Amino acid sequence: MKVKSVKTIIGDYIFVFLCVIVAVICLTPMISLLAKSLSSTKYLVAGEVFFLPKGLNFKAYAYVLKEEKYIRSFIWTVLLTVICTLVSLTITSFCAYPLIYDNLKGKKVINVLITFTMFFNAGMIPNYMLMKSLHFINNPLVLIVPSCLSIYNMIIMRSFFYGIPDSLRESAEMDGASFFKIFTNIYLPLSKPVYATLALFYAVGRWNGYTDALMYVNDEKLYPLQRYLYDILNSAKQVEASRLESQSVVGMAESMKDAVVMFSTIPILLVYPWLQRYFIAGATLGAVKE
Amino acid sequence: MKKVQNETFTQGSQAVYVKKTGWQKFGIYVRRYWQLYAMLALPLIYLLIFKYYPMHFITIAFKDYKFNKSVFEMPWASVKGQVDILKHFKAAMKPDFYSALRNTVTLNLLDLFFGFPAPIIFALILNELPFKRFKKFVQTVAYMPHFLSWVIIYGLVCILFQPDGPAGGVVNNLLVKNGLSIIPFLDDPTHWIGTYVMVGVWQSFGWGSIIYLAAIAGINPELYEAASVDGAGRLKKMWHITLPGIKSTIVVLLIMNIGGIVGGAFDRIYAMQNPIVLSVADTLSTFVYRIGLSSSYPKFEQTTAVGLFQSVVGLFFLLGANKISRKLGERGIW
Repeated sequence: MKVKSVKTIIGDYIFVFLCVIVAVICLTPMISLLAKSLSSTKYLVAGEVFFLPKGLNFKAYAYVLKEEKYIRSFIWTVLLTVICTLVSLTITSFCAYPLIYDNLKGKKVINVLITFTMFFNAGMIPNYMLMKSLHFINNPLVLIVPSCLSIYNMIIMRSFFYGIPDSLRESAEMDGASFFKIFTNIYLPLSKPVYATLALFYAVGRWNGYTDALMYVNDEKLYPLQRYLYDILNSAKQVEASRLESQSVVGMAESMKDAVVMFSTIPILLVYPWLQRYFIAGATLGAVKE
Repeated sequence: MKKVQNETFTQGSQAVYVKKTGWQKFGIYVRRYWQLYAMLALPLIYLLIFKYYPMHFITIAFKDYKFNKSVFEMPWASVKGQVDILKHFKAAMKPDFYSALRNTVTLNLLDLFFGFPAPIIFALILNELPFKRFKKFVQTVAYMPHFLSWVIIYGLVCILFQPDGPAGGVVNNLLVKNGLSIIPFLDDPTHWIGTYVMVGVWQSFGWGSIIYLAAIAGINPELYEAASVDGAGRLKKMWHITLPGIKSTIVVLLIMNIGGIVGGAFDRIYAMQNPIVLSVADTLSTFVYRIGLSSSYPKFEQTTAVGLFQSVVGLFFLLGANKISRKLGERGIW
């Protein structure tokens, strides 16, 4: 066995030290957020809360949980995310699977059609005109349908399908299985990792997205959480700017705001570490040249 | 896979070769493959409606907008009865537009300068870590910011970087507590640019490193052993083996970044900007949104013109960067 030299060991610890700094930089904002959301208004107003909660209490969270507007938005966003993910995965599979058959007629034309949309976008105003002509403004469909196929994700899925040996589907074809059956009985069960990855990508995309709601929705009932949060953050700023309200109101608004931010972050923070093994592979597949 | 071909039927002991006509072949092909086309129908309809159909609205940039007419019925843009299809382009090219263009390019170049090397450096550091579990922990933590929305990130930025006082930022409160003066991270244009770029690096360096780590994993380990035998140290190996080993990945990603030099994510900039710093924070996309969608007198023609400008210039940058990389002997992105 090789014995590490002193120089190598020192080198190792320099790199460990650098990584500790990186980890601290990544976590500090979240820790601060958590501390502020759990602190009492007295200390918040005095500006004395930094990285540890002072006057620990859950008032802000209780407040948020009581607010009907917030809860409704949360449930609506969960629902929206589930629907979007299912629809997107279906359409993405329907696009990726047929394209792995090399002798499919018209495949080249379809590929060009698909690739072109990656490089040229009609633009914000034409897209708005489209939604208007489809009567999608203030329609819940506008939050689901327009973002249901990401070509980038489709390429990830197709690369994964390409990695499944051709002989599997060829033998199934010999046995007279239809193409749809081959998809459901061979490709789907073998592709769990890529489905996990893309489900995460689509779900995070929907959960985090607010621009579509900003542009096409002005009915508050349809606001996804992030759109709602955007308003809270910007109105909290106004409260602070005006300083007309009493200090405790400012403090309460502040800790409530932090509690809401924390709430809307938690679902993602709970999910993504468990899928890390999958999405690392997924994120790498996308960059593989076709 | 079996090809659709002329089939041979067996009648009794004699094989009869049946010649198929073109239509019959087509029929067999359709009967075999219709399911694949049926599956493709959904995504293709989606692309046609949501990606291609809106393209015809681009002609609004060359017409005089009438809200009660279809795009085809709108008259061509004209000045005093004289058709001038570039009217709206000329009208859009005002100082506001130039400042938005300048801001877009400046912010994207700064992003490229600071944000592009960060994941490479991080991947190199991670690759040298001796402890597997610690490495995994650092990776998980570093990927986290990628999963936060820009609204949440803006919330975090406020918590850290707002001015001091009640509901103030942590950093400035700490500075004041220690008798230092505050730093206007969000309220001063120059500081805001710095904050914007650094937050961008924070959000993307971990996620960006995944791809470089994969590329590093693909380097032949014998190269490292040979270098060790020759007495190369750790840094020498990083410089002479790891970096050249991931060169093509770096080039491909650089091309994509250069292609996006006049683009930029709307959700990021829109969440981060505030009215005080608009002079440096207004980019083409927020400019289009501000005067095209959120204004009470939307200027559809001019903003469509700006959007078209952005798309076309972006396309040229991408094609150009791809061409250059091929000339340099690297693979392009297609």
